[in-house]
Amino acid sequence: MAGSRMKLELSRVIQGRVRLGVLKGLGRTGQHSLEVPGCLLYTPFGTVPHLTQDTLHTLSKLPRVSQVTLSNIAEHQEVLEEFKDGFRKFAGLHDTVLYCSLHDPAAPCPTGYTTNKTVSVWGSGGRIELTVAKFMALQKSVQPDWYQSMADGETWQSNTSRKRVRKSVDRTLAHLDECLLAHQNSKELEGVEVFGVVEGGDILEERIRSARETAKRPVDGFCLDGLQTGSMDQALRIQLTSAVTKELPEDKPRLLQGVGRPDEVLDCVEAGVDLFESFFPFQVTERGCALSFSFDISPDPERAGSTPPTVLELNEEDTAGDMQQNGDLNLNDQTQMTCFEINLKDKRYQDDFRPLVDGCGCYCCRNHQRAYVHHLLVTNELLAGVLLMIHNTAHYHGFFVALREALANDKLDLLKRRVLRGEQTERKE
Amino acid sequence: MAATVECGSDSNAAVNNMSLKKALKAASPLTLRIVAECPVTKARACDLMLPHCTVSTPVFMPVGTQGTLKGITVDQLEGLGCQICLGNTYHLGMRPGSDLIERANGLHGFMNWKRNLLTDSGGFQMVSLVELSEVTEEGVKFKSPYDGKEILLSPEKSISIQNSLGSDIMMQLDDVVSSTVTGPRVEEAMHRSIRWLDRCIAANKNPDKQNLFAIIQGGLNADLRKACLDEMTKRDVPGFAIGGLSGGEEKDDFWRMVTLSTDHLPREKPRYLMGVGYAVDLVVCVALGCDMFDCVFPTRTARFGSALVPWGSLQVKHKQYAKDFQPIDPDCQCPTCKRHSRAYLHALFKSDTAAMHHITIHNIAYQLNLMRSVRQSIVEGRFPEFIRTFMKRMFPSRDQYPSWAVDALASINITLE
Repeated sequence: MAGSRMKLELSRVIQGRVRLGVLKGLGRTGQHSLEVPGCLLYTPFGTVPHLTQDTLHTLSKLPRVSQVTLSNIAEHQEVLEEFKDGFRKFAGLHDTVLYCSLHDPAAPCPTGYTTNKTVSVWGSGGRIELTVAKFMALQKSVQPDWYQSMADGETWQSNTSRKRVRKSVDRTLAHLDECLLAHQNSKELEGVEVFGVVEGGDILEERIRSARETAKRPVDGFCLDGLQTGSMDQALRIQLTSAVTKELPEDKPRLLQGVGRPDEVLDCVEAGVDLFESFFPFQVTERGCALSFSFDISPDPERAGSTPPTVLELNEEDTAGDMQQNGDLNLNDQTQMTCFEINLKDKRYQDDFRPLVDGCGCYCCRNHQRAYVHHLLVTNELLAGVLLMIHNTAHYHGFFVALREALANDKLDLLKRRVLRGEQTERKE
Repeated sequence: MAATVECGSDSNAAVNNMSLKKALKAASPLTLRIVAECPVTKARACDLMLPHCTVSTPVFMPVGTQGTLKGITVDQLEGLGCQICLGNTYHLGMRPGSDLIERANGLHGFMNWKRNLLTDSGGFQMVSLVELSEVTEEGVKFKSPYDGKEILLSPEKSISIQNSLGSDIMMQLDDVVSSTVTGPRVEEAMHRSIRWLDRCIAANKNPDKQNLFAIIQGGLNADLRKACLDEMTKRDVPGFAIGGLSGGEEKDDFWRMVTLSTDHLPREKPRYLMGVGYAVDLVVCVALGCDMFDCVFPTRTARFGSALVPWGSLQVKHKQYAKDFQPIDPDCQCPTCKRHSRAYLHALFKSDTAAMHHITIHNIAYQLNLMRSVRQSIVEGRFPEFIRTFMKRMFPSRDQYPSWAVDALASINITLE
């Protein structure tokens, strides 16, 4: 049976569903912890995209858990096997907890390559087919602290049949049993934790079956797959997520894959989710945008100006109507800008000498102005990605800190209003 | 160790070297203090005091073309010990434009760089990047690649833009001809560059804050170079650049023009050899008496995965490094080498721009460390020995030493065994 030093200590459970607490005992020596609701650090190949350790460490209070993805790592299996000391050391990471997921949430993979015995991941060199044996061999070479069991998550297209959904649940359970068996027989993976994967597409009964069956296995936590942005509308996602979390044991963490928009995160926390992946700030960065939504619910006006950040201004175009459009019509297009960000490529920022977000304490906002980042974007300079990634990472993780504060102080509703309607309270600019 | 000599035009010691009238007129914001001179070669180690900080020479100046050093933050650049870097007037004048940069408190404010900046005149890009450029006495005419509008870059315009940028060192607009061109065009360009220098000096609105450097032209013709040197050194500019080289000419011609120039440039003013950045060229040209260098090579080559090392370069993307778990250079103390292996960087190159940033940081560290070691050896009076060790490390055997380097070094009393 898997390590099980990971321990979820809940300090509050609101309305029987919304959970606030700390995930303790992480890492090989068990000294790390992660507050929930929380977010993993998105590092597909051991690196936060665009950032070196110097630039990364300008950020304070980052989560201690880094998410790496097998889709990025699989093609380097031979190298890691020769290296022998695991991916953490290979990537020059020292003091971090390593969680290994199957896919890269920011790089959805093509469908049609899954079989009864295999799933495929897509790296820079193309497709790599994984059997459980290969999957487990990879985990032994990666040596994560915690990994997601192999899963068939190919149910997110809108026309997936009931039969296909049922098959994905069955296969995923079979993969899990095989993974657990191999795991228990492996000395290398002693003390490493396994998350079982809940599938079930958009079919409630399958979701419940998957959750119940997975919960029977000796797993340390759960990944909720196939609910990602673009796969279904938010109402259905919330309905399914709530139904699933109801079936899961209270003392184990639930990680929701592929959901990152702040509004969706808030709803999913209410539906009982503990953990998210932070690929969203990366996507925002890639489209040349800066997160600017407000999450400041501090009643103290003196504090309001400093931390946490507040958005200075949202522009005429970023109205609630626009949000509707972004939120609903463009569900399938994750490259589309959302109402939580400003597009710094826009000409209006050309001579805007303010920081990206007033009061933001990130390296970018302390040192640079919108006009400069705009210039870097229009001239295709690499520093644009660096500075935006710093800001967006800081802003996003700051949002999670605010979320936990709100839960601790019974202010989740206020936070939701602020996040969703921030542009109205700040419109005066 | 050589005695320390103050050579700045605003120091009392300098008054001995020139007429009082000249000294009073030239209160330039630059002081050159010669810390040591090599007793064998023409090399010197100086402290170049500029408005934003003191620069230890010999110095390599990384190029931040568009107000940024490719993917590196200003804090990282400062952390590597960089005291001066370049911005390109042509690029910045086009985008975002000098008005905007002026409103952002100059290029320093715009990019938030606290140390020194040097800007070029824009003339070189004009000739190298832009089609349809026409050089007349008035200036360089070209079509904007962004809107097709005809633009005239005159000496006055170049200085006006550079005044807006607020660089610590500005370069005169010169008439650049390719170093492989011969004939009357070279002579014309040389004379025109002298006339343009006078117009640039007259156009400088901030002589108390911004240093204007002259650029020695004359192609590969020793007589023309000499004539240009004679004429330009009559002007009281704060420093001199050696221009028109490093453009594909024979290395034998190159070093002869460099050494001719340093022979006739005033000792008390800084000498900047433009466009030179290969390690061997740097070491040889320091020996020939140059103080400052710039080149896009170290940062550009980094983005293609080429890491600079004491034995040449290492192509991180090559397959042979996929399972090489050593750092790029085990002796290098840069942030990249302290944390990452060749194998990790090799793999990261397939998925993330951060791989380029890692190599860029390493290459800048390499260039700056090389120049620090050169300086240290000059200060400690062992520069000739440094050159020999450096060459031995760079080339597998004596017969692979480039003959131009051997000749150039022999001309200043360095024989390589």
